[in-house]
Amino acid sequence: MAWLMAILQTLLFIGLAPLLSGWIKRVKCRLQNRKAPSLFQPYRDLRKLYRKQPIVPHPASWIFRAAPYIVFASTVLAAAIVPLVAINLPTARIADVIVLVGFFALGRTFLVLAGMDIGTAFGGMGSSREMTISSLAEPAMLMAVFTLAMSAHTTNLSQAMNFVLDSGLVLRPSFVFAMGGLILVTIAETGRIPVDNPATHLELTMIHEAMILEYSGRWLALIEWASQIKLMLYGVLIANIFFPWGIAQTFTLNALASGLGTIALKLAVLAVMLALSEVLFAKMRIFRVQEYLSFAYLLSVLGLLSHIILEAAR
Amino acid sequence: MSLFLAGISVAAALLSGLAALAAGPDGLLRHGMLWWMKKAPFRRTRTNERLTPGRFSRFARTAPFLLLGASGSFAVLAGIAALLGGGTRTATLPFGLPWLDWHLALDPLGGFFFCVLGIPLIAASLFGPGYVREFEHGKHTLSVLGLFTGLFVAGMELVLLADDAFLFMIAWEVMSVASYFLVAYQHEHATSRRAAFLYLLMAEIGAIAIILAFGVLAGFGGGLTFEAMRAAAPSPLWASVAFVLALAGFGMKAGLVPLHAWLPEAHPAAPSHISALMSGVMLKIAVYGFIRFAFDLLPSLFWQWGVLVLLIGSASAVLGILYALQQQNLKRLLAYSSVENVGIVFTALGLSLIFQSSGNSQLGTLGLVAALLHSLNHALFKSLLFLGAGAILHQTHEHSLENMGGLIHRMPKVAALFLIGTLSIAALPPFNGFVSEWLIFQTALQAGSIQSGVLRSLIPTASAVLALTSALAATCFVKVYGIAFLGLPRSRHIARAREARHPGMLAGPVLLAACCVLFGVLPTPLINALGTLTQPLTGFVLPNISALGWLWLTPVSPEVASYSPALVLLGTVAVGWLCYYLLYRRTGLEPRRAEPWDCGFGGLTARTQYTSGAFSMPIRRIFEPVFDTRETIEEQTDGPAKTRVTGLRYQFQVLDRAWQVLYEPSGKAVTRLARWVGRLQAGNIRTYLGYSFFTLIVLLWVVS
Amino acid sequence: MGFAGLSLYSQAVLLLAGLIALTSFLMLGQSRLVRLVLVFAIQGILLAATTAMVAGVLDFPHLYISAGLSFLLKGILIPVMLHRLIHRLGLHRELDTIEHPARVMMGGAFLMVFSYYVSVPIVAHSPLVTLNAIAVSLAVVLLGMLLMITRRQAVAHVVGFMSIENGLFFAAVVSTYGMPMVVELGIAADVLVAAVVFGVFFFQIRESIDSLDVDRLSKLTEADKP
Repeated sequence: MAWLMAILQTLLFIGLAPLLSGWIKRVKCRLQNRKAPSLFQPYRDLRKLYRKQPIVPHPASWIFRAAPYIVFASTVLAAAIVPLVAINLPTARIADVIVLVGFFALGRTFLVLAGMDIGTAFGGMGSSREMTISSLAEPAMLMAVFTLAMSAHTTNLSQAMNFVLDSGLVLRPSFVFAMGGLILVTIAETGRIPVDNPATHLELTMIHEAMILEYSGRWLALIEWASQIKLMLYGVLIANIFFPWGIAQTFTLNALASGLGTIALKLAVLAVMLALSEVLFAKMRIFRVQEYLSFAYLLSVLGLLSHIILEAAR
Repeated sequence: MSLFLAGISVAAALLSGLAALAAGPDGLLRHGMLWWMKKAPFRRTRTNERLTPGRFSRFARTAPFLLLGASGSFAVLAGIAALLGGGTRTATLPFGLPWLDWHLALDPLGGFFFCVLGIPLIAASLFGPGYVREFEHGKHTLSVLGLFTGLFVAGMELVLLADDAFLFMIAWEVMSVASYFLVAYQHEHATSRRAAFLYLLMAEIGAIAIILAFGVLAGFGGGLTFEAMRAAAPSPLWASVAFVLALAGFGMKAGLVPLHAWLPEAHPAAPSHISALMSGVMLKIAVYGFIRFAFDLLPSLFWQWGVLVLLIGSASAVLGILYALQQQNLKRLLAYSSVENVGIVFTALGLSLIFQSSGNSQLGTLGLVAALLHSLNHALFKSLLFLGAGAILHQTHEHSLENMGGLIHRMPKVAALFLIGTLSIAALPPFNGFVSEWLIFQTALQAGSIQSGVLRSLIPTASAVLALTSALAATCFVKVYGIAFLGLPRSRHIARAREARHPGMLAGPVLLAACCVLFGVLPTPLINALGTLTQPLTGFVLPNISALGWLWLTPVSPEVASYSPALVLLGTVAVGWLCYYLLYRRTGLEPRRAEPWDCGFGGLTARTQYTSGAFSMPIRRIFEPVFDTRETIEEQTDGPAKTRVTGLRYQFQVLDRAWQVLYEPSGKAVTRLARWVGRLQAGNIRTYLGYSFFTLIVLLWVVS
Repeated sequence: MGFAGLSLYSQAVLLLAGLIALTSFLMLGQSRLVRLVLVFAIQGILLAATTAMVAGVLDFPHLYISAGLSFLLKGILIPVMLHRLIHRLGLHRELDTIEHPARVMMGGAFLMVFSYYVSVPIVAHSPLVTLNAIAVSLAVVLLGMLLMITRRQAVAHVVGFMSIENGLFFAAVVSTYGMPMVVELGIAADVLVAAVVFGVFFFQIRESIDSLDVDRLSKLTEADKP
């Protein structure tokens, strides 16, 4: 029964991800005084892509064809372990936060390999930059996880959320800093402005788009969907770890409905903040990303230090 | 029983060396065969028909490797028997010093490292016969190669079996010197000679440090056997001296920064299956030596030692991988990556020492288990990668990544196996590299239980460095795989490469790849088997490791963290297959081949793709202070006022800073000291007579 | 009792302490002088807020006056003065680039751990919950000194000096229930005078060596240089 709920939650997760992307685009367009596409446009885009014939470049090998499936599968698995609507589901035990980072790494590795498979300069460039940025983002993310784990004494996401729920409203400085670090890492990992522009196709400005430049048809649909799920994943992580109130702790219909409502609200607010930052800031050049990620690391380290200095019981 | 199997293993290794010698061009067997053919040329027996030179040379190539494979199998069996049986089996052999026989002992720790030795050895011996074929008609005989390989393996196995310092050092030296000859195998190249000299020099310095460390303990314990040393009670100062000496000696052999300079020189110079053994197994023997010394022989542990090991391990890990990223020579890159992985093992050992000395033996055991697991995993995937590099080298004679490309189309099976090695070393779930890294992170995360706040802030910083290292390792090996196997071929001989045809050259890596996947998906039985190992060393057996069953990995408790690699694999495959079925089979849209996007300019060649140096350039720029980069541009100009550039030569070198900081100054200091001492040898015969005269007077005065 | 057991006010005090430490780090990394003064102003405002919170927790009304004073002085007056000085000297377009920002930041983190290590025995003997923040105050002092060492512009030196004073004030607020009012006023007056005097000195330095780069002050050395 619980496994069935877990599978349903996962399906809901991956089903709602394009909706979140549509909402972000809508808010961004409104802020830029443009007419926004419909909220369901990403679904239409995905459906259009499924029905198109995919094209395989001549130098491509089997990795090019297999990578979209592996990327999508690892992202779906990551979505399965992050509690969206309810905690204490059995899938949360399959993997903890560190394994979640590992799932992202698996997807990213195959995407990077696929980028290099074609033998063009775009692919190599996107792959090289993507790996550099993710290498620098990992210590910051891990430090934020550490800070969380040192307070909650667990890396299991479900247990961590339980811990935060049970302690009530507590203004931990370590959580504030860890959240700041995690938000900065999110922007870097999901490829949003100011690290990467998801809407550009100019040679010198794209990172994620450069790796997937040759993809078309159903493969492109899978990869696009996977990156939308990834964005939602990070959003859910931030919302539910630091502000888990409202999430369902039992499996009654009321609790589930309120859980769904609260996560929708939290994600909507986070999306507005993301859209605002995308409109207000310009994209950084690639060698300034290291300063940005060092700042994220600094925030995470400060979170850890303030946990040890200010919060730990003597 | 386990000791008996281990003994057979050692004997098989020695026999393989002798067999190689006997089957060589000057060997007994060949003389015997020629004598037989001379004696009975007309006897049409089946033996005569079979004794063709071609068959004989194939036999000469294969027989030593058959014996090595047998040695490996018996080593694995001995290891499993020792781990499952628990306890220690001892024996004494009447060789050695008059008052000190050779003591042999096989306990679970030695048994584990026998397994670590055995599996890559089997793979290398499967790979060997096909690989050494290219040396058959070269400048050096195979018999020398086979002899020293046998001695090398026998030395390593005897190190694991040694129960007293004397046998340990003899076996250690046999291992070092035999591998020196293997590194110097192709001594017509100056780089090989230099690498071999550096290797021997540093191995001997390390050996001296180890002897001194044993000496300290033996002095306090009153004997050279490990039994006596365990009973020793040195003061904390002397125990620290012994510890630092042991760390220096074993760390030098294992390849810790800054004593790692021999690794990137020696591993590329040796033949590939030997590099696999050196990198995969020999470094682990050094780790074994360190664990034996610190956890078994020393009476008590101090947290300061743990902090030292943790710092050195983290520094080795991050510096190793940063240097690896800048290498274009494939085997040199793999050697630097070994430095990184040894750093990770020592990081885990440092954490274990810190927890163990603070009295928390559960977490100390967890750290030790993580370190041991990572040693095994590294032995597996690094040997796999080296054998893959050896296959490429054998087929294409190409060292440098800058000339490779597109090999996945020419050598698909090697490419698939290399991919498994790449995914394992990049620590991606569900392969084995991820399991050991996850365990190390879980150990570090329990830092909250330590009292000292300074340590509680140091340990997360070390694990952030570890996270950086594993992300950089993924970058490095994605670069290797992408540049070597994917894309377009960057040179003509790579475009014409062919798959390795000898079945053994594929069978060895297949065995290692299968182990990588197996230990990644089902790590729990292996970790449970380590219970007999940790009990005598740290006094704790991890009971919670499979609280949820053998599918799950729960190192501390299920509420703290759990991971089920089997379910992860199942989930990934299920989702992937479901997508494939729904999207492909149901819609039936076949993909169509076309040209890649070229911005409308056309003319995309292999030269427009990213090169290996270009891929790692951002990392090089970001971590600039770590590297010693030298860039030279030479222009050839022509025409009036030298304005027209007719030729351009660009050279870019990324050198190891350790040379500048440590090795060159030490070398200069030693030379200066030697020159100063050399003044004693004035060359004048009267001075020498004066020395004798002076000594005589001093002795007479002392005697009176 | 763990962190969760503290009252909301105490948690807020500790949170503000963490944010003050963050501003110290941010000052270390700023290369533009205008932004440096802005971060310093934020630090002053946070300090005032902390003082007000402590006044609420410990119920000392005179600390509210202290909070108001430090808000006026450190949050508004001195930053405005420095801002005007920067514009008058034309320094708002210059960049005081730090040579190795990564090393400076690592040094800062190390100083924070060190000040924690030093303050452990002090805190162990006190029932006052907000005393945990004394390590943060010591860190702010040390980071202020680090700021002075790693910068070349004289204005940055002033900000560093003020930051040290911020740290000492914070320590006083956190550990001794605030300083006596007389001492408070005296220190505030000293700081104001120091700011004015610094302003005068800047013009003087600029007249002698034509720049405010303190590394160039070594031109004033007596020794013969080839």
